[in-house]
Amino acid sequence: MKRVLISGEPISEEVALSGLSDLGGGAVSSFTGISRDDGGVTAIELEHYPGMTESSLLRLIDEAFARWALLGAAIVHRIGRVAVGEPVVVVGAASRHRADALEATAFLIDRLKTDAPFWKKEHYADGMSVWVDAKSSDDDRSSRWS
Amino acid sequence: MRLVYFAAVREAIGVASETCDLPAHVRNIHDAIHWLASQSPGHALAFQDKARLRFALDQAMVPLDAALGDAHELAIFPPVTGG
Repeated sequence: MKRVLISGEPISEEVALSGLSDLGGGAVSSFTGISRDDGGVTAIELEHYPGMTESSLLRLIDEAFARWALLGAAIVHRIGRVAVGEPVVVVGAASRHRADALEATAFLIDRLKTDAPFWKKEHYADGMSVWVDAKSSDDDRSSRWS
Repeated sequence: MRLVYFAAVREAIGVASETCDLPAHVRNIHDAIHWLASQSPGHALAFQDKARLRFALDQAMVPLDAALGDAHELAIFPPVTGG
């Protein structure tokens, strides 16, 4: 099972991960990224590159299937305005044994951060908004997998 | 060629996409950025720091020295920040 979904509506973790536990395996692992109150941020806004986003996320899932013994994987990512406290992204993987699902989940979120065409803007209570800068720590985590 | 812009690049230029007839001497992305920067103050602002730009040709990430070839769409954007 391979699932990629770009959602303009709030993400339900249950829906994003549905089916992963029904694939006959012994392990499901997941990661949820949540919009965070960083120094007065009230919401973030996510822009993406339609078409390329979906193909780049599917390519990451294909690469994860090639590297680990997976039964399923899912990536669900919000776009548009996301209030603080709401999920931005849910990544999940299913496998027979836990190591494959755990490593694949880390791979998928680390590589999503550097490879998938999303851009994040932070909105503040005073009306200001700022595009978020890419972090070198994200590059470091992503390059662990190359 | 269709040009598409995202995030701060889109805001500096003022449009999300445009279609341009690039001059014949424009062979790679570096040439294209250089030529586009001369088209308006917004383009010049968006492209002033090439180290902070990323590129995709027909929706595949490519480096600054990539040849344009027969590509139909060039996307120019800042480093990605999803997740």
